[in-house]
Amino acid sequence: MDLDFTPGQEAFRAEAHTWLRAHVPDAPLPSLETEAGFAAHRVWEAQLAADRWSVVSWPEEYGGRGVDIVRWLVFEEEYYAAGAPGRVGQNGINLLAPTLFDHGTREQRARVLPSMATGEVVWAQAWSEPEAGSDLASLTSRAVRADGGWLLSGQKTWSSRAAFADRAFGLFRSEPDTPKPHQGLTYLMFDLRAPGVTVRPIGRLDGKPAFAELFLDEVFVPDEDVIGEPGQGWRVAMSTAGNERGLTLRSPGRFLASADRLFNLWRTQGSSPITRDRVADAVIGARAYQLFTYANASRFLDGESIGPESSLNKVFWSEYDIALHETALELLGADGELADTDWAEGYVFSLAGPLYAGTNEIQRDIIAERLLGLPKGRR
Amino acid sequence: MRFLLDTEQRAFADSLDAMLTAADTPSVVRSWSRGEHASGRALWRRIAEAGVFALAVPEAYEGLGPRPVELAVAFVELGRHAVPGPVVETVMAASLLTEPGLAKRLLPALASGEAMATAAPAGSYALDGDVAATRLTWDGDGLRMAPGHGPVRASLDPARRLTPLLPGGELLTPDPPVTQALTWARLAIAAQALGVGLALLDRTVAYVRQRTQFGVPVGSFQAVKHQLADAKIALEFARPLLFGAALTMTESDVAAAKVTACEAAYATARTALQLHGAIGYTAEYDLSLWLTKARALRASWGDPGECRAAVLEGFSGGRRS
Repeated sequence: MDLDFTPGQEAFRAEAHTWLRAHVPDAPLPSLETEAGFAAHRVWEAQLAADRWSVVSWPEEYGGRGVDIVRWLVFEEEYYAAGAPGRVGQNGINLLAPTLFDHGTREQRARVLPSMATGEVVWAQAWSEPEAGSDLASLTSRAVRADGGWLLSGQKTWSSRAAFADRAFGLFRSEPDTPKPHQGLTYLMFDLRAPGVTVRPIGRLDGKPAFAELFLDEVFVPDEDVIGEPGQGWRVAMSTAGNERGLTLRSPGRFLASADRLFNLWRTQGSSPITRDRVADAVIGARAYQLFTYANASRFLDGESIGPESSLNKVFWSEYDIALHETALELLGADGELADTDWAEGYVFSLAGPLYAGTNEIQRDIIAERLLGLPKGRR
Repeated sequence: MRFLLDTEQRAFADSLDAMLTAADTPSVVRSWSRGEHASGRALWRRIAEAGVFALAVPEAYEGLGPRPVELAVAFVELGRHAVPGPVVETVMAASLLTEPGLAKRLLPALASGEAMATAAPAGSYALDGDVAATRLTWDGDGLRMAPGHGPVRASLDPARRLTPLLPGGELLTPDPPVTQALTWARLAIAAQALGVGLALLDRTVAYVRQRTQFGVPVGSFQAVKHQLADAKIALEFARPLLFGAALTMTESDVAAAKVTACEAAYATARTALQLHGAIGYTAEYDLSLWLTKARALRASWGDPGECRAAVLEGFSGGRRS
């Protein structure tokens, strides 16, 4: 048992550190949730990609560096420590790409991944529907067979940054009368600017417009944009859900950097004993999350898979993130009510954490049933 | 970087677990609580034979240590089985007695299990001062061998017998490494608390699976499941802090592990009591052995506030492993 990095890993850290210190914009970019911010973040993605820093864990042929999970964690630590911008391509990189690596064809990977790596094509997710949230398998949007492909119809909603994104991926019902709801679903990719697609932006809690609902009216999708076998979409999507909740959605580097910023804020505000315990909890929580992730990364490198354990991860970071931002707003005093601070932006973003990627109630059910072995019951 | 216990460390935990299960530790705890120490002393010797106390004692003084990671592994098991006695204080003594003359005189008996040690700053309570042969205390003059102990006071945890130490006694050293000893104590308690929490969780999961109300196991109710899920989360995030602290042994990391493991164990104790219902509120039901310990450990050798302060004192930001 050790926490030591190899000289190669240290050299990788130094290389990332040097590049980031030279390239991270001095002034923060405008909010990712606005049209101008979205465009600015897309430019940043291209800059990262030009020097192969946008997707370090991918194979080199798709724009990555082929590094293992330890180096990915190291990169993320350096990335957020440098104060680098949020990742506009994160839905595609964190959710669609792992699915393509597991279930896509070589042709699909070659076609989709390079433009995802550069930010040229930004992907949105199309899971939830008005009547299908936590009970995702009850979704009713349809994929109907057509010549050379499928026609998609229905409504998707709560799609993060779909207002500005280029393409989307999600599940559609391709077989209407199956014995169980999670059967007969197909995983498809589609163009958000295709004929038949209407994107209606929805203001999120602070009014920023990047959230959207999608209306689909016989949108044609060619066969080449089906991932996995038609009808097997649930199984394909669950591997994405596993990734989403797992090690890659929120890297420890992000919270280590936030805890550092909170600690510095507390100190510059006079190290008040009133907030000391909560600042300490933020520092401790970031370290706990880092070490928890190192342990899981070590298991992963041993060839173990990370299954329902990722639900522990999801509940922890989502609740941690809110608590950290609440403490920050309190430290800011009267300024804590202002909407245009980085802390306020982070706070509003953090509030969504327990809701998306499987609500924390669903995660706790998974922990209780699959890790603790408690019997299934009514939800 | 491989942040996982190795095969040998896991086998060590398993063998201690098996030994403590076979020893019917709950009945040992109950005897100990009544001041009947014979079975507890016998168990202590077996724990020492397994090498547990030797892990805190340097090789030069007939120990195997210092090996904080293995010590943490062992103390998780001691906590899981609610082992009574001054286990933490004996580890602490090993790190207080670094002066070679003292070490040579007192440490071999601690490593072998021949003697127990207790320790407390002057004016405080020492655990099991009536059983420990080595009673260490420190005041403005330095570290002393207390000449005796006062009357035993009952703790909230009946297995923890609190004794004031008598003033005076032989001055052992004017400048004992109290901070270092405190770090070792906190590491051991963090491990012990994690074990206590894991035992409480295991027992409660088993209980809600078999306890039936409204025609179904109560463990099928979401309100029950979610409390146990939260206990699981708290304990599983305390675990890496514990072993991370054992690797670095910095004051700050150990304080973080101590407060996190103790808070997780205490929260699990509250959940365990709630989900057992009235049977959990009885002394005769064995759950009480862990319920009461979880509260006592939380305050022992650094309460949550002191530990959080220690975390920030050692923190300068930019922590990368």
